[in-house]
Parts: sequence; C-alpha cells; structure tokens
Amino acid sequence: MHEHDVVVVGAGGAGLRAAIAAQEEGADVAMVTKLHPVRSHTGAAEGGINAALRDGDDWELHAYDTMKGSDYLGDAPAIETLAQDAPEEVIQLEHWGMPFSREDDGRVSQRPFGGLSFPRTTYAGAETGHHLLHTMYEQVVKRGIQVYDEFYVSQLAVTDHDEPEERECHGVVAYDIKSGEVVGFRATGGVILATGGDGQVFEHTTNAVANTGDGPAMAYRAGAPVEDMEFVQFHPTTLPSTGVLISEGVRGEGGILYNGEGERFMFERGYANNAGELASRDVVSRAELTEINEGRGIDEEYVELDMRHLGEERITDRLENIIHLAEDFEGVDPLNEPMPVKPGQHYHMGGIETDENGETCVDGLYAAGECACASVHGSNRLGGNALPELIVFGARAGRHAADTDLGTAEVPVGPSARSETEDGLETPVNPGALGVDDDVAADGALVEPSEVVEHAVETERTRIEGMLERDGINHAEIREDLQRAMTEYVNVFRTEEGLKKALETIRECRERYQDVAVSDPSRTFNTDLIHTIETGNLIDVAETITLGALARTEFRGAHWRKEHQERKDESWLKHTMIAWNGGTPELYYKPVVLEGENKEYEPKVRSY
Amino acid sequence: MSTQIPQETETETETDVEQESSQARRVSAERTRAGMDQRAEDELSDADETVELKVFRYDPEVEGKKEPRFDSFEVPFTKGMTVLDALIFARDHFDSSLTFRHSCRQAICGSDALFVNGSQRLGCKTQMADLEWPVRVEPLPHAEVVKDLVVDMEHFYDQMESVEPYFQTEELPSGELDEQRQDRANREEIKMSTRCIWCGACMSSCNVAAGDNEYLGPAAINKAYRFAMDDREGEDMTEHRLNIIEQEHGVWRCQTQFSCTEVCPKDIPLTEHIQELKREAVKSNLKFW
Repeated sequence: MHEHDVVVVGAGGAGLRAAIAAQEEGADVAMVTKLHPVRSHTGAAEGGINAALRDGDDWELHAYDTMKGSDYLGDAPAIETLAQDAPEEVIQLEHWGMPFSREDDGRVSQRPFGGLSFPRTTYAGAETGHHLLHTMYEQVVKRGIQVYDEFYVSQLAVTDHDEPEERECHGVVAYDIKSGEVVGFRATGGVILATGGDGQVFEHTTNAVANTGDGPAMAYRAGAPVEDMEFVQFHPTTLPSTGVLISEGVRGEGGILYNGEGERFMFERGYANNAGELASRDVVSRAELTEINEGRGIDEEYVELDMRHLGEERITDRLENIIHLAEDFEGVDPLNEPMPVKPGQHYHMGGIETDENGETCVDGLYAAGECACASVHGSNRLGGNALPELIVFGARAGRHAADTDLGTAEVPVGPSARSETEDGLETPVNPGALGVDDDVAADGALVEPSEVVEHAVETERTRIEGMLERDGINHAEIREDLQRAMTEYVNVFRTEEGLKKALETIRECRERYQDVAVSDPSRTFNTDLIHTIETGNLIDVAETITLGALARTEFRGAHWRKEHQERKDESWLKHTMIAWNGGTPELYYKPVVLEGENKEYEPKVRSY
Repeated sequence: MSTQIPQETETETETDVEQESSQARRVSAERTRAGMDQRAEDELSDADETVELKVFRYDPEVEGKKEPRFDSFEVPFTKGMTVLDALIFARDHFDSSLTFRHSCRQAICGSDALFVNGSQRLGCKTQMADLEWPVRVEPLPHAEVVKDLVVDMEHFYDQMESVEPYFQTEELPSGELDEQRQDRANREEIKMSTRCIWCGACMSSCNVAAGDNEYLGPAAINKAYRFAMDDREGEDMTEHRLNIIEQEHGVWRCQTQFSCTEVCPKDIPLTEHIQELKREAVKSNLKFW
C-alpha cells in the first residue's frame, strides 16, 4: 500500500493546482491519474480565464456577472471567493511562465466573453487550456511531485458510519493499468477528487472519451451528496460531426451567427437584443435549436458561425487554433467560409457538493474543478469561468487538505444543511442500486485507517476479478443506449414525458450492467475493463442528472422544461441535492446562499 | 523502422509479417463474424462502402497474441471518418480487447500517435479518405510495445523531463499582482514551440534517436527552445539552458533530416528550432573566447 499525506485523483487543471498547493504547504503529495497529466482534458479548453486584473474592473463586478449568469443559483461565498482569488491565480500562472497572448505594452491580453460586463477573459490564443495544463505540469515536474500515471482510481476507501457526515475518507483504490494490479493508496491528510467532466453521459459532447464522471459517481456512492446535477451546459458552437468545440472567443472577437435564411437571428429574431451572439451560453444554445426546430436551420441540423470579416491577420493572431480545428475536424476553411455549428454538451455545473474550501461532508474528502459543485456556476456557467474555478478551488482544496487553516466555510455541506425533503417525486421506475451495492468500506466496525483501505482494496479486487472471469455482455452497447437516451430526452429541451422515458432506459441499462463482463482476459493494459467500470459510473451520473431534471419544475439557466416556462424563485431558489443513501437515492433541497461579503444579491430578471 | 517487442524477439522480415498477416486475417474474419453484434451487422449492411483496417496485435500474456500478428477489421466507411473512429468502431463492435490510447479526439491530448501506413500520425487527425486502403495501423516504432497499439512512453517522458522543462527566473516583479512584461514579437517567437502535445511522433520518426537511446530527441530539445527563447527567463538562464542542450547527446546529434518536422501533428518546425539552438550555442560559446 502506498502512503502519502495528500492523494489527488486526476491531473488536469484542478488536480495539478491542488497538488502544487498542498506541496507548498509541506505535504507529501501523490497524483493518481488514469491518463498522463498532459493528456487531461483541461488541455482542450480554448477561450480563457476570467479575472479582474485591470483598472475599471474589480472582483465585485466579476462576482455580480457570475451570480447573474448562474440565474441566482450560485452561492455568494463561493462566487466571491472565485472572483477574489482569480487575479492572483492568473498572475501566478504568468509567473510560472504561461505564454499568455500579449498587448503592445507587454501585459497579458484580455477579451470580451459572453455575459461579462468587462473584457476580463485572459487568454493564450485559442488554446488557453493547453498552456495552463502544460505550465502547471511543468511546475509539478519542477517540484518532483510523485505522479502515478495510468492508474485508474475506481473506489474510495471510506468508513461505513450511517451518517455521511460521520464518515471518514482514508484513501483510494486504484487499478494499475499497465500491470493489472489493484493497489491501495492511504491518504493521511486528505483525498482530493479532481476527475473533471462527465460529458460521456451524452452522445454529442465536447468532452474527451475519458470524461466519464468517475469522481462524482464514486463520491456519491461513498455518501457525499451530489448537487444541482440537472444543470448541464450545452455549448452553442460545436462542430456537428464530432462535437469539437469552437471557442466562444470567436464570438468574443466579433463572430456572427446566421440561420439558414441568412438572418442574424440572435438580434433579428429577438433572442438577445442587447448582447446578441454574446448572450449567455444557455440563451444562445436554445436560440440555435429553436431556429433549427422551426425549419430555419441548415440541413435541419446546424446554423453557421462566420468570422471571415475579422480578417486573416486578427484571426491568426487570436484564434489560429480555430482554423486548424475547423479544417481538420469539419473540412471547412473558416477564413473563406462560415463554420457549421450546433449545441453540444460541454460542461456540468452540478457535481460533488463542496464548500468554498473544496471540502465535502465526508471528513478528508475534497473535490475541485468540474467534478465539484461549490457552487459558483449555479444553473449556468459563464464562458471563461471554468479555468479560474480549477485553479482557485484546486489551490484551496490543496491547502486545506494539507492542514492549512482557511477559516470556517460559509457554504454549508452535508445532509444536515437540508431545508426540505422531496417526497412527492413520481418516477416510472425505482432509481438506485439493484442489489447491495454500497461502496463504503465496511460495516462500521473498521475504524483503523489502513484497515479501511485494505478492506476497500479487497472488495475492489473481488469485483474486478468477477468482471474479468465471468461471461456476459459487453459494456459498449449499454453505454451507447444510455448516451442516446440522454441526448434524446435530457438535452437542451426537456419534457416530463421524455425525462421519464430516460429514467426507464437508465434503469434498463443498470439491469443489463448487472451482467456486464470484460472479454479481454489480459492483465496488461486492459482498457476493456477500464471502460466497463466507467460505464457503471456513467449510469449513476446519468440517473442523478435525470432525477434532478424531473424534480425541478421550473425553467432556470440551462434547465428548460416544456411544462414550466418560468423561473420560480418562491419555490425553486434552492439547490437540488441527491444522496445515495445506501442505494436508495434520496432527493432533498438546501437553500441558496445569496448573502455576500458586502451585499445581498437580489434575484433579477436575467436578460442579455 | 522496427516495432519493438519486449524480450528481444528477433525482428521479423517483411515476408514473415505478410504471411502471418494473411493467416491472421482469416482467423480474425471468422472471429469477427462470430462475435459481431447485431448493430454492427446492420451498420455494415447499410454502409455504401467498407474499409479494411489491418491492425498490429500483441499481448505478452494472452495465448495467441504473444507472437505479434495483424488482425483485419472491415468497418463501414463514413464521410469524415478518422483512423481513430475506425479503431473505435472495430473495438466496440468486433473485439473489445483491441487496445489503443485515446482521449480528446481533437489532436490536443497527444495520446494516439500511431504508425499509419508507414508514417507517424495522430489517429484522430488522420482522415481515412486521405489514406491508401487497406489501412495498416501499428504502434509507434522505436518504442517498446506494451500491448497492441500501446507503447511504453517512459523513455520519451524521461527525455522531456531531463531538460528542466519549467520556467525559471530570478527576477519576478515585486508586486503580487504585477505580471512580467513580454513583447508580442517574443511571444510570437516561442509560439510554435509551446504547441507541443507530447505525442512522441517526432521521437519515433527520428533515426538518430533510434540509434542513440540517450539522444534528447526533437520534442525535448523543442521544450528547451521554448524556454531558452523566452525573454522572461533572463540571460543567465539562457546560458544554463544552452549548456543542457549542448551535452553529448544534445543538439549536435541532430543530422537535420527533417523527419520530425514532417510528422509533427502540430506543425512545429522542430528541425529549425534545433538548428537555431545550435546557432545560439555557437554564439554563446564565442562570447567567452
């Protein structure tokens, strides 16, 4: 068994930042990742990092924009932390050598982004994430932080107290992909989940194949509730054939959206009379799909994004990567023709419930980045707010796990924060476990930390052996059916009937998953096994998204319901929480914290 | 170019591989029919066109795969299909043990550098339509094969990490929120070098690296270039960096064959960067005469 003070799971932006921060506080840190750090999907982020760096801007404006963008479902203490910490984090990256784009005076460049009242999106071409990822991995190399690459963490080692708030996380279980060994990692200080997105729940996504929601699924089954899972961001400009992202930076620099009739529909059809193409992402995605559904799309599938008028020089200077992406993945030369675009799953606002220090209600378990929900994005994330989230909350989680006092958190976590329980939700099938499927380590008798980890290792070894040895069905079919149902019914537009159908399909997938088997018998680099375990995680994540979507009978941010066309603050200004509850999922709610440092945020009509 | 199997098995001759390959194809065709799911059958019969993939297979511990062989997969061709798409189809519908690294599908994670029809390419960025069919897919040459198309990247990572691949300066601005200034021209100068995605295609294509295991290789030298040319680091550090790349197995080993530049999926002018470092090293050495 490996032993470290802090074990970070995942090595994208949040994980790397957490590891560096914990190490700076003197902790012995290990990073455990199923990829190699530079393969992480943070590298695909294009647009930039929001931070109030310049005269005329300040953190309060950034916080206000973020709260408005969240449609008042973000928690003020988390949002204000993001806005306050982002500037020093961005400058820290610059001091680590990140190659930001520059102004004539040599300072880092910033550009306008959707939903922002000031051009505060700091960028490095249209490949900001790539540079952020590599810059931080360089720092990890410099510091000699130990990285276990191609180790797949498949279970948390958590005690089995009845109440999640009494549980303790003592480590993780990982599968060494190259050797096939199941190994334990004991974490004396804390485990930080930084596993990124879960876009593979959907068919058309900008997310990597590796974005399978491992963190949220493991934390959920170990007792940490998941929050606001129904809020999934669909990015308005993805390439139709692959889902490859075309950065919001294109619209930030002046790119224009046209429908099949050549109309600049964001204005001409009245979707966003002030901001037009730079309205918030949920607004633009719905506008595009409305155009397509009403017959004004192109090939009944997409609209067009035109940036030719920006001129080759400006495009090459600020958006060069877009030229390559459009050419390589859609066969379109955007210097000479518009790019076809349609909405695609992009980011999950919901995730593992944490406070603004990255801590969950399970002692010793942290989460940061996309897999977490602090919550800063509420029901809709603004462009340029994901990268600051990674570094701000990654750093805080890292420091906290290394025993640094960050003060008492103001965002409450755990079932004791509940304000009401959802007991009227009618589902066509039961959600949750089919058999006894609780991931926690023992029956309460195990308290010695290393025993908890050892027990988890044994349980996981048995489970994996079982999947390798038995005959059964291949996971790929199950995954495909799950993705199709989610894309058909839990997409941008949602109906009660569709959501119920999705729950039925998810249940069927879960039943079939009982008989899943890995046909590759090898212990060497068995990706069949990895993908099979991932598919199990996707099922749990998909179910929580759909349950949340069915429960929330209003229209807020990215969550649109056909039968409920208004934001209902009297009844729905609250977070949707789902706890695994030993395999019988429980829905409850907790209040949104609108009380900030200097002011109380007042929910207003959100228009752009 | 040779594919390296552990345990020092003798390199097979082309004919051996070909014979084995045709044999393997029959075996795999039978296995394929037996194991094919209904959906794959539907998709195959709906497809106007199919394309044959010949994929290198090897697993050190599975009977029948201990000796390297080629398997054939007939996949439905669709417009815009990449080599990675074709491999995923083959894996998900015919043989779930088919093993290859991949993640982002958009040429930024650098996981899927492969040897396709005899040259190093990213699977996700290579259109099937642009290749001669059947399409032959092998692991990167000059790296030890772990299984199927997966090679051991440790040596590549070691070389990358040996050049102090991190920003170093003694002169940060005093204010916490003060950035270092960098002029646009200097940012432009290092721009291409910062695009490296660590895929390893260049190292695999390099004859010098194949013959000298200690050679830093194009990617690591490019990484050194990225910092040596960055004005923010300061002159002393540039000096230090030039010392690193001037070592015995450094820049002077490069024979300017341009194979790395040709295969780089991010169009980084690797050979030029190596040449420029040679010039810088000479200039810097002259200073002390």
